[in-house]
Amino acid sequence: MLERLAFELECPGDPAPRAAPVVVGVVASGNLEVLVEPAGPPGRVVIEVTTSARGFGEIWDAVLRDFAARHGAGGLRLSVNDAGATPAVVTLRLDQAVEEYLAQPR
Amino acid sequence: MIRAWDGARRNRAARLARAAAISPERWVPPDRVTALLEVILEPGDRVCLEGDNQKQADFLARCLARVDPARVRGLHLLLSVLALPEHVELFERGIARKVDFSFSGPQAVRLAQLVAAGKIEIGAIHTYLELYARYFVDLTPRVALVAALAADREGNLYTGGNTEETPAIVEATAFRDGLVVAQADARVERLPRVDIPGGWVDFVTLAPTPSAIEPLFTRDPFQIGEVQVLMAMMVLKGIYVEYGVARLNHGIGFDAAAIELILPTYGEELGVRGRVATHWALNPHPTLIPAIESGFVESVYCFGSELGMEAYVAARPDVFFTGRDGALRSNRAFAQTAGHYACDLFIGSTLQLDLAGNSSTATRSRITGFGGAPNMGADARGRRHASPAWLKAGREAQRDPGAMPRGRKLVVQLLETFREHMQPAIVERLDAWELAEDLRMELPPVMIHGDDVTHVVTEEGIANLLLCRTAEERADAIRGVAGYTPVGRARSRSAVERLRGRGVIRRAEDLGVDKRRATRDLLAARTMKDLVRWSGGLYDPPARFRSW
Amino acid sequence: MTALPPPVPVARSSYRESNARRRLAGLLDPGSLEDLLGPAERVTSPHLEPFGIPAAFDDGVVVAAGRLDGRAVLAASQEGGFMGGAVGEVHGAKLLGLLRRAERERPAAVLLLVDSGGVRLQEANAGLVAISEVMRGVLAARAAGVPVIALVGGGWGCFGGMGIVARCCDAIVMSEEGRLGLSGPDVIEATCGVEELDASDRGLVWRTYGGKHRYLLGEADRIVEDDVAAFRVAALELLDAPRPLTLEALAREHAHLAARLEAFGASADALDLWRAAGAAEPERLPMLDAATFRGAVEAARRGDR
Repeated sequence: MLERLAFELECPGDPAPRAAPVVVGVVASGNLEVLVEPAGPPGRVVIEVTTSARGFGEIWDAVLRDFAARHGAGGLRLSVNDAGATPAVVTLRLDQAVEEYLAQPR
Repeated sequence: MIRAWDGARRNRAARLARAAAISPERWVPPDRVTALLEVILEPGDRVCLEGDNQKQADFLARCLARVDPARVRGLHLLLSVLALPEHVELFERGIARKVDFSFSGPQAVRLAQLVAAGKIEIGAIHTYLELYARYFVDLTPRVALVAALAADREGNLYTGGNTEETPAIVEATAFRDGLVVAQADARVERLPRVDIPGGWVDFVTLAPTPSAIEPLFTRDPFQIGEVQVLMAMMVLKGIYVEYGVARLNHGIGFDAAAIELILPTYGEELGVRGRVATHWALNPHPTLIPAIESGFVESVYCFGSELGMEAYVAARPDVFFTGRDGALRSNRAFAQTAGHYACDLFIGSTLQLDLAGNSSTATRSRITGFGGAPNMGADARGRRHASPAWLKAGREAQRDPGAMPRGRKLVVQLLETFREHMQPAIVERLDAWELAEDLRMELPPVMIHGDDVTHVVTEEGIANLLLCRTAEERADAIRGVAGYTPVGRARSRSAVERLRGRGVIRRAEDLGVDKRRATRDLLAARTMKDLVRWSGGLYDPPARFRSW
Repeated sequence: MTALPPPVPVARSSYRESNARRRLAGLLDPGSLEDLLGPAERVTSPHLEPFGIPAAFDDGVVVAAGRLDGRAVLAASQEGGFMGGAVGEVHGAKLLGLLRRAERERPAAVLLLVDSGGVRLQEANAGLVAISEVMRGVLAARAAGVPVIALVGGGWGCFGGMGIVARCCDAIVMSEEGRLGLSGPDVIEATCGVEELDASDRGLVWRTYGGKHRYLLGEADRIVEDDVAAFRVAALELLDAPRPLTLEALAREHAHLAARLEAFGASADALDLWRAAGAAEPERLPMLDAATFRGAVEAARRGDR
């Protein structure tokens, strides 16, 4: 009853530094949590989504492609537990998660 | 054949003569009101039953619903807001046959059912100001049933802070030989002030229970989220500051409340205190308290009042319009006029927007109507006085440099791209079309017309429709802020980039708005208690908003 | 126009608004938070998928080691936003594991940042068993000389089995926004009727369960502003003030409760109780800030510390 989506997307920029995992957000209605870890090939970002809102695969695809193009830092794995957040909130959390990850001391 | 020119006057005298048998005095005992209505009303009369946005002549509505339909039938009902079950009962019982109104919130579904069943004829659905305007032209009430807080022996009425449209209704009725019946919560020796002179009022009765008003304009800051803060920041920087908007009206809702709450924080940072958002046509929104206390607000004229704000308003007479008695003075007709002509900007939320910028709150199987938003959310083409914001918008809108220049009112639609349950808010075709078909309306019920809209603001940025040269550009601009909705995903990326290059579309980063700062920390008040503390304890929120 | 200072400083770090992780990170010494079974380890509940509910990486509770003013502490912070902070199998096991670790390591204290409705219904039996074990774990840690302090100030309160857990601790710190109880207002309204308790009357709910009432009754040891820094100060104070876990102490507490019941058993509403306890102007108490409130009720307060 949960939908699982997986993406592996090209990242144009420099690979992200290795740092401690970071999690932002909460799995509450209309919200999501995003876990960022160093992992995977340097030029790509791997994103795994588990969501209770089924049937929005196309929207996830569009949102995540834009995210990957915007952030550019490869070598990251993002894992998402989503409870029906709108694309506005998803975008916000993804950006917050990566920023917090990158802001850490190495 | 000599025509008699005082027919209405003689008819009025006849009604009063019949009334004398029921009530020799102007003050009518509550248990005689239904009988009174049965003799002063005639079949087919135009009756204005006061049903405003906030207050209702609920006791008089109940009395009217109890008349004998054999004696009183086929009335033509006029009212701003069709809100009470009793209003619907009038049609079910055949007491009323036709209605002209503006808004119907709670009874929207029942209204649609009555229309489908042929039990009601809708004359037209109006905006508030145009309905009041017609009271003076072709919809003058023969009888007005109104609500007041208090009345004295002479029938002078005190409508107090929540006056709303009572003066407009009574003026039209009294000065065309109509009859005015008022319900009052209290009978007093001496009124705090006279809002309606007794000479304009024929009968008064004591309402058994005080008419309650709903706190429609109160928003708990705790419910405001990050996305709303982001949009508020973009509006403040990208529109209010950009155009120098000093005079404005905010539509109802959390999106606008978020803007009110970031004035003392983000607005202070941007250095706009005293320059932007100084003069308001607005109900006394509790969420405006921090901005008032911080010195941003010079003046507020109100449509009605707001439950719990009475003491605060009375303590801020430099900001609000108040009477000699110290209480708020409101007037919906004047406030709408102020919003239309004396404000440079209207901003509101909506449920659905199409690619021409038309918006509607209509959904199928409900007839909700318009309320007052269209009065403010429209270009004021009769306006002539200039202001910087009006002139700048006018310049941006000018297509042909040789044409006569004119100013333009800023009309901003503010909405997140997705609503609850992942419903897209921006669509190819409004549900309003289907509703018009189902209910056989002449025109689809559009709240704000696309050709009046100047800006569309979503979490994705601001689309400036003034700078769009063609309908196609306008559609592309709206797609460019429609996010991941189907219409947004169908955008031409190159077209959007070109529009962005021209400043037609501006994203947060283009506006210099740091998205990381779009958190609830930017709200000057984050809870109802914060608002109470900002007001120095003067604001007294209704029970449902308190946790104390 | 001259600058007007805002009449009320908006709390920069609202305890209630922070999520579990930020709350805990703000409470502990900066940078000292070390996850135990952190989210990256994905120790999640296996029971939620059949309900179509997504898991949370930490099953709704952050458990960590850290420092409070340089002193080693162990802490758990519940995420109320995830399933109402309710305790399931994994969540409960993490809490229990933390307490057992405390027994072994003897930190300066265990801090429980409670934000929970109690047992997670979707995992009912496992949740019940877990909470019972947590109660035993709290008492075992206390018996081993480790103070256990509960902090209650989140939006979901401290109800059900977690309410009992909190009262098994050495001390409870509450903000007025926090609520502490066993059966929540909705449960009481549903089983006893709206005349008994109208759950939609939020003023009544906070008078009955809220931090100020609990403080006045003596069930909360500290009442603080809705501010992470204020909770930290209170926790630090209580680090060195464990409540004795002896038969005499229990007997004293029972006597105290009996006296309280006799004094106030007839009170229909917290306002009556506050008045009877000697609080001046009880209707004004809900609007006072924490410090003013403490001063106003000092004489009337029924606590034994």
